[in-house]
Amino acid sequence: MQDNTVADKIPNPETRNSDKISIRNLNIWFGRVQALKNLNLLVQSNEILSVIGPASSGKTSFLRQINRLNELEVNCRVKGEILLDKKNIQELRCEILRKRVGMIFALPQVLPLSIYDNIAYGPRMHGITDKNYLDNIIEQSLTASFIWDEVKDRLNESALKLSGGQQQRLCISRTLAVKPEVILFDEPCSGLDPISTAKVEESMLKLKKDYTIVLVTNNVKQAARVGDRTAFFLMGELIEIDKTDKIFTAPGDKRTDDYIRGKFG
Amino acid sequence: MRIRLFKEFIIEKLIFLSGIASILFVILIFVFLLKEGLSFFKEINLFKFISGKHWYPISEPEQFGILPMILGSLLVTLGAIIFAVPLSIGAAFYISEVAPGKIKDILKAGIEMLAAIPSVVLGFIGMITLVPLVKNVLHLPTGLTAFSGSIMLGLMSMPTIISISEDAINAVPKSYKEGALALGATRWQAMYRVTIYAALPGIIAASMLGIGRVIGETMAVMMITGNAAVIPHTFFQPVRTLTATIAAEMGETVYGSMHYYSLFAIGIILFIITFIINITADMVLHRKHK
Amino acid sequence: MGGVKTTTKQKIAFSVLFLCTLIVVLPVLFVLWAILKGGAPAINWQFLSTMPREGMREGGIYPAIIGTIYLVSLSVLFSLPIGLFAAIYLNEYAKDNLLTRLIRLAIVNLSGVSSVVYGLFGLALFVNFLKFGVSILSGALTLAIMNLPVIIIASTEALASVPFSFREVSLSLGASRWQTVRYSVLPNAIPGILTGAILSLARAAGETAPILFTVAAFYLPKLPKSIFDQAMALPYHLYIISTQIPNIKTEVRYGTALVLIGIVFSMNIFAVVIRAKFRKKKKW
Repeated sequence: MQDNTVADKIPNPETRNSDKISIRNLNIWFGRVQALKNLNLLVQSNEILSVIGPASSGKTSFLRQINRLNELEVNCRVKGEILLDKKNIQELRCEILRKRVGMIFALPQVLPLSIYDNIAYGPRMHGITDKNYLDNIIEQSLTASFIWDEVKDRLNESALKLSGGQQQRLCISRTLAVKPEVILFDEPCSGLDPISTAKVEESMLKLKKDYTIVLVTNNVKQAARVGDRTAFFLMGELIEIDKTDKIFTAPGDKRTDDYIRGKFG
Repeated sequence: MRIRLFKEFIIEKLIFLSGIASILFVILIFVFLLKEGLSFFKEINLFKFISGKHWYPISEPEQFGILPMILGSLLVTLGAIIFAVPLSIGAAFYISEVAPGKIKDILKAGIEMLAAIPSVVLGFIGMITLVPLVKNVLHLPTGLTAFSGSIMLGLMSMPTIISISEDAINAVPKSYKEGALALGATRWQAMYRVTIYAALPGIIAASMLGIGRVIGETMAVMMITGNAAVIPHTFFQPVRTLTATIAAEMGETVYGSMHYYSLFAIGIILFIITFIINITADMVLHRKHK
Repeated sequence: MGGVKTTTKQKIAFSVLFLCTLIVVLPVLFVLWAILKGGAPAINWQFLSTMPREGMREGGIYPAIIGTIYLVSLSVLFSLPIGLFAAIYLNEYAKDNLLTRLIRLAIVNLSGVSSVVYGLFGLALFVNFLKFGVSILSGALTLAIMNLPVIIIASTEALASVPFSFREVSLSLGASRWQTVRYSVLPNAIPGILTGAILSLARAAGETAPILFTVAAFYLPKLPKSIFDQAMALPYHLYIISTQIPNIKTEVRYGTALVLIGIVFSMNIFAVVIRAKFRKKKKW
């Protein structure tokens, strides 16, 4: 892999503030159940798009389609297309796509390895073996998710010894280490205490300078706190998408209003 | 990068090949048994082979009738199953439903040990202890009988039957049992009125696999059944099984002789028998999952 | 009144079930006790380390021990890579289709084929067709195919016990499928795979019928020089001296049985210890 230069991190000026991801007529089925119905949506560069909605609204299926993780399910069927920088993701090799589109899972999924090896995992898979270079990436990534100071003296300890909040920030670092362009967060704070949640949110806000972020969350307040724009999904359909302020002050649809006010969900 | 992709391509091809290797080996086994055995069936017809009462492979004229061995195998298997199946089911129930934690572990370890004892060792112990015992207690001219073989083979089939039955019993949904208990049934009543029916397909499959194991067993049976190729009339006389015939005689055959081919012909029959038993047992087990 | 009756019934029933279990387990203890008692006097350094003499009536069983070690090590060399790769295929790559179903049926079948039929197969394919002759190689290959199902089943279970999320994480970082298996799944499945491999070794060490016509030498008081040589092997040796050598001291027979069962059981115990140790250490 020759494309791992530091320059990768700086987004191409031409794509800045333009459509990073465009989703056209996306339908997803699991067996006979349709999880997502005819979704059309644009994600802009360097924004945080929050996706909210009750359980089984299709928001996670949507997220996992962006890096094609849905393909791991045997009975999953997809129609429609997703373009990343105007290129259909189905035409990319999975490895390339997932390197560009990273993901943070609901529960902190650290591998049973040391802190160092957890973060080095991705770069190593992409052929980086140079120790100094790796050391560099690891420091950068850990710094970017605000955990460097907490772990810099024990990089060789098992990552499983970290607290839940630290683990989740480690997972963010691990994703950053492969230098993605887009980061998908799948309810990243669902298992965390308020302080850890605040730290994760803080890093998200700082990260959007360099990355495009899609955040799926169950926590309406979190969407309000970090999202530039917010999309509301209900039963597999996109009900509305708008500036976060607008969604939370004057939503266009009564169902959005009901959900935000906690009348259902 | 390109080298890595190429390496992965090769590795994944190897993985696929290893994946289908099992199919390949089953076919290879069958083909090579056929390759040697078919020369035999060119000269002697299958029906005569199976129904022939006399096995004189090296006398003049030679006679190849395996009926005595078929009956010998059936008799030993029947005897083994009659006592192994009920005992194994009982043990499986005791281990999975009655025994408390620690005792359960000890019993399971004991059964694993039984499964681990090599067949030739059991044959040896059987020869030295069981055979004289049978002879003296039953006042027989010899203790090398179908009966002794049945006892030994029954014992050897038990680990198979017990462990698969146990899995079947454990797989019965708790709610079934709890439903029965809630209606005031005792644990024993819940067991024989509910659990055993729910676990029945698994228990039947377990017994079938036990039968398969008994029919295919070679060393122990050869060492303690006396190996007389005559049609048996009772449990208490020497018999010879299909497996023992192959094991005992192959060493003395001349490569390419009718005798050599005839043993492969027996092998084909054994292969087909175990094939049918295993496939059926698997189907019974599989149906349960749906 | 009815209540008393049903609980008494239950007591009786449970006692009967307990008796069933006892009938299964007690013979194991008896066999072990008999072999230990009969064989212990025969065991000494000379018995373990010298060649047999006087038509096996005197001397030791050294070449049989060595032969068995050669056989099982060579057989695992063949069966472990194929078995492990097959398990990886089944657990990580295979889709739920007809081919997979056929593979599973084939495995069920391989594990059910009679050991003496494996012997015939080895004789036809390795000894005669491929012209390896009656040799350690032929015997080891025969044992390897026979052991394949054990290794595949154990390895598949080991792989399946690794959490699915490890695969998701690895894939989501852009690792390829094989990299995911190699670096995320395999390292965490090693203990289970190892346990299965050792158990299959133990089984191979005790098998007699598959080596009857493929490798075993009746009386060969020297060590094999290459894998194309014949060799003595413990289980076959025990069979021979139990059935075909009259007037041999029973002590020698018991001693041979004890050595064989000692090897088989120590491998089993080793496997169980590995399993227990890693289960305790399991980190997720």
